[in-house]
Amino acid sequence: MAEQKFTVIDEAGIHARPASVLVSTANKFQADIFLGHNGKDVNLKSILGVMSLGIGAGETFTIRAEGADADDALVELEKTLKNEGLAE
Amino acid sequence: MTLLQGIAASSGIAIAKAYCLVEPDLSFTKQSIDNTDAEITKFEAAIAKSVEELKDIQKIAERELGAEEAAIFDAHILVLNDPELINPIKDNINAEKVNAEHALKETTDMFIAMFEGMDNEYMQERAADIRDVTKRILSHLLGVKVVNPSTISEEVIVIAEDLTPSDTAQLNRKYVLGFATDIGGRTSHSAIMARSLEIPAIVGTGEATTKIQDGDLVIVDGLNGQLHINPSAELIAEYETAAEKYEAQKAEWAKLVNEKTLTADGEQVELAANIGTPEDLEGVINNGGEAIGLYRTEFLYMGRDQLPTEEEQFEAYKKVLEGMEGKPVVVRTLDIGGDKELPYLQLPEEMNPFLGFRAIRLCLEEQEIFRTQLRALLRASTFGDLKIMFPMIATLGEFRQAKAILEEEKEALIAAGEKVSETIEVGIMVEIPSTAVQADQFAKEVDFFSIGTNDLIQYTMAADRMNERVSYLYQPYNPAILRLVKMVIDASHREGKWTGMCGEMAGDEIAIPLLLGLGLDEFSMSATSILKARSQILQLKKSDMVKLAESALEMGTAEEVMEAVQKACK
Repeated sequence: MAEQKFTVIDEAGIHARPASVLVSTANKFQADIFLGHNGKDVNLKSILGVMSLGIGAGETFTIRAEGADADDALVELEKTLKNEGLAE
Repeated sequence: MTLLQGIAASSGIAIAKAYCLVEPDLSFTKQSIDNTDAEITKFEAAIAKSVEELKDIQKIAERELGAEEAAIFDAHILVLNDPELINPIKDNINAEKVNAEHALKETTDMFIAMFEGMDNEYMQERAADIRDVTKRILSHLLGVKVVNPSTISEEVIVIAEDLTPSDTAQLNRKYVLGFATDIGGRTSHSAIMARSLEIPAIVGTGEATTKIQDGDLVIVDGLNGQLHINPSAELIAEYETAAEKYEAQKAEWAKLVNEKTLTADGEQVELAANIGTPEDLEGVINNGGEAIGLYRTEFLYMGRDQLPTEEEQFEAYKKVLEGMEGKPVVVRTLDIGGDKELPYLQLPEEMNPFLGFRAIRLCLEEQEIFRTQLRALLRASTFGDLKIMFPMIATLGEFRQAKAILEEEKEALIAAGEKVSETIEVGIMVEIPSTAVQADQFAKEVDFFSIGTNDLIQYTMAADRMNERVSYLYQPYNPAILRLVKMVIDASHREGKWTGMCGEMAGDEIAIPLLLGLGLDEFSMSATSILKARSQILQLKKSDMVKLAESALEMGTAEEVMEAVQKACK
């Protein structure tokens, strides 16, 4: 299992476009990946789940991956978050 | 072959196959299902088709609108593949033994309710995305075609009940040769858009959508307001000749593109264009517009799910100012409300939207929206000859307040080191009778007037211009209207100011002689009307028109005025 904490830096929070990119990245992996925010966990492979958290600018969230390629998934997701200027 | 008579909304002739833009019937009933496996297979097939369709739309959107606009479809495709959405639907079909349509609706309704319940406006708007996706899957489950105007890829004539501004924004100019609607009048949005797109259109046909099927051959005669359905070969030939003649006439007018607008006795007036977006500039230049008399900025705010940023607005204004190469550009600040809604502002519904919270009234209340627009305008002002115009001013107090806000933003920008033009004229739209009557007082403080006749007529005659049953009261030549116009023009001239007109009346063949006689300085109209108006004005003597206008002011009815003009300009 791999887990990492992030802070949203995009002014608009996790809105539709970056959420799409994030979910598309997660979909490339076998691992089960979860997004945790305010005590709630959602499936990171679900765009509705990710959007439903309504994570705003400056807020923190965690990404947790379980399964064979969990570590790779987390590395790739971190890269995506940074490239998109979404979180750090 | 059938003939429908409507209102000629935009001139020209188009002959092509019909493309019916109608809301599909997606109703269904809840059913018990025995073979749930087959139902799930059917559901999966509908998803697959929806994904395929979205990918096609996305490709077209990318090509026609750009990658940014197309990105929303990424999210839609992901929703279609979302396990949190798809799995519960399949479980529902299995456990409850219900049809896929019902299971789909039940699950998506839950998500829609969840998003609508969020306290973030942006997230609330996402409910619309889920609705859109649900509609697409449903249509494939039911085998009903959902139309999508952005995917049109052959030459067509669009047939619709009405076209909203966002519908029209999606129409591909390359393929949409013309359109016809069931409802609307000469001044409804669909009509105005048709003129700015320079495509022939007929509105108010009453029953175009019921009489016309997809693929029927139709002729849109935007000169006479006639819509022919499946015409005979003779009629087609006749119209092909008429279309050629019209093109020849246009070619004749085209020779006047670079001419000044002078009356036969040498008086000069200015012919300007009304535009909605920077894309309309090309039409203005091609049609010899001497200025932009009305830039309707509300299109920047429409067909999207959040307010445009200052930067987006700045870019649009800069583009228009630069495109006009130093010629005057009158920008009207946000005129929203009435028949132009912005869903994302979530304004409460009103009994009388045209008499309600709209235009400057909204801007003075929601000042952040107003100030953002003013900053964008001020920053763009150095790229050309900008004039700022406030809409729907009813009292001098409103004008003073709006002007004070403008001054505040100007000073703040200068203090922050931004460059702002020192010669921006600030004027108002005259569309409320109280303002016309008190024009003498306004003239001391404003730099110019622009008469918005569509609203001025509607408010003066107390006749809703969207209501066809009282459309006979839309009387631009009524002496009451002419007297108000005269009051405004005279008041401005006494203070050394100028008056323009940006309503439909300014480009009207009968009105032009009268307006010339009343002393109007600037005529702003659809770009496509400019050359025709110029060729008309070249033939008229200002001194004769002054006499004509004087006598018209003393007449009893609009009909008498119309007759007098026709006689005088024979």
